[in-house]
Amino acid sequence: MGSARRLSAVIMTLLLLLLVAGVLLSLALGAVAIPLGEIVQALVGILWPSDAEGGGSLIIEHIRLPRTLMGVLVGATLALTGAAMQGLFRNPLADPGLIGVSSGAALGAALAIVLGGIWLAGLPSFLLPYITVSGAFAGGLLATWLVYRLGQSVQGTSVASMLLAGIAIAAISGAVIGLLGYVADDAMLRILTFWNLGSLTNASYERVGVLAACCALVWWRLPRQAKALNALLLGESEARHLGFEVERVKRELILLTALGVGACVAAAGLIGFVGLVVPHLVRLMLGADHRQVIPASMLLGGALLLLADVAARMLIAPAELPLGILTAALGAPFFLVMLMRAQRHGGV
Amino acid sequence: MLEAKALACARGGETVLTGVDLTLAAGEMVAILGTNGAGKSTLLATLSGELPPSAGEVLLAGRPISAWPSQERARRLAVLPQSSSLAFGFSVEEVVAMGRLPHQEGLARDRKVIAEALHASDVTHLAKRSYLRLSGGEKQRVHLARVMAQIESGSGRSCLLLDEPTASLDLMHQQLILQRACDIAAAGGAVLVVLHDLNLAARYADRIMLLDQGRVSACGSPWQVLEADRIQQVFGVTVQVERHPLHDAPLIII
Repeated sequence: MGSARRLSAVIMTLLLLLLVAGVLLSLALGAVAIPLGEIVQALVGILWPSDAEGGGSLIIEHIRLPRTLMGVLVGATLALTGAAMQGLFRNPLADPGLIGVSSGAALGAALAIVLGGIWLAGLPSFLLPYITVSGAFAGGLLATWLVYRLGQSVQGTSVASMLLAGIAIAAISGAVIGLLGYVADDAMLRILTFWNLGSLTNASYERVGVLAACCALVWWRLPRQAKALNALLLGESEARHLGFEVERVKRELILLTALGVGACVAAAGLIGFVGLVVPHLVRLMLGADHRQVIPASMLLGGALLLLADVAARMLIAPAELPLGILTAALGAPFFLVMLMRAQRHGGV
Repeated sequence: MLEAKALACARGGETVLTGVDLTLAAGEMVAILGTNGAGKSTLLATLSGELPPSAGEVLLAGRPISAWPSQERARRLAVLPQSSSLAFGFSVEEVVAMGRLPHQEGLARDRKVIAEALHASDVTHLAKRSYLRLSGGEKQRVHLARVMAQIESGSGRSCLLLDEPTASLDLMHQQLILQRACDIAAAGGAVLVVLHDLNLAARYADRIMLLDQGRVSACGSPWQVLEADRIQQVFGVTVQVERHPLHDAPLIII
């Protein structure tokens, strides 16, 4: 037990370093490369403002820092909700994107922004992120609940019914968002396309603030369910016999994952596969215990999303690749391999 | 320890159990026998508090089972399922450690209890292995160790319910699991086990309850319950009942 604990401490430290590296790279790289010294200066300048601000400081303060913060929040939260969902569905292949929770959230957000924009035209613009988040949360919640009801069985949740529900929800969401395109104006259209691709480009302190508020609740509550998630993996009645109030736990898990995914989708659009790939990699390193999987997934999720975002910025510079396309290009083959392995073990 | 009074249960609007009275005392092992669909699993689910009864009540240590806070109940009452669908790569040790989740007695005590449970189920040598790589029999023994860690078999205040624990096991492991269950009863625990094999029940149980279409057909010592006529009537199979050559127990020959 001692050596296992030492190993996990080493891995956690490495993941933390990876996250720090991701943050620094995300601040340093882009259309203009900014050296480390200037980054530190700029960060100090934000905390203790002074008049002597260079161009690098401005870029950091107004563009890269909010973008980096959003990347960390979105990556960590998607990985965290992915891990929680896999526990809830008792299936390592569950992912918010694949089972339609993200699509549901996108639909909710799109409805909120287009219909809200039409019906509540006089509303002050600072309320817009809140309306979007509420819509995304409602849509995500409805989708999670639907998938959960459809896919539930004694042996856990079958991947087939989960994925089929995901396809259906994604189709409905795509259709309605497409229809909304006809009633939306140009600005709304841009927002709608942006959602379908997923990106951190629209990061602003305002958006980061709303996102951070939602994530704070999810980060605070979800890790407390780590033991319950472990017990749930044994089966629902087993968890009940181990003294967990399973219905309450499930309700909380569904609400929190919907909130986390909803907030991420509202902020950055559809970024798939993070919630699938990250917890899986963590389990390969640390085993299945959620008390380790959850914090490690959050660290790795934040780090990987930042690195992916840096790559999205650099690969076809000065243009920018949508982040969602990049994570799908990397994550989807990974998912296929997992699916094939599960099939070989008779586990689908 | 565990008591059922005039218990009735309905599932999906249909009455599955009626008028079941059962007292499970500390230190005894009771087997439940019956045909498929006789209501054995429903009885177990009701006794464990998972399924609310439609009439009557279940008392654990004199207190209605639904009135127990779930964690406290879990320290007194554990259930070994027929099979478990764990699809994640926990190590055997971690699975057994889950039995300690309802307890807050510190790491040192947990470790001691886990080591004892691993040893009692004969899975110590598998402790570091991934649960997913085990055979069916090994998995069942791991879960036995888990529930043993949960109720701390020696404490004498605990109650263990086993739902066809030997269904997927070979001869040797059937004996091992039931012998451990007997040990728990001998240490002061109360054990209730659903079985299909009449001879295993005759050999290990202090008392047998025979269920027939949701009613108690007979309840008493193996000699009282396992009579040829009654077995013929309930199971529809003609048998001969002899004395076991080695133990003082009936031997059912089909």
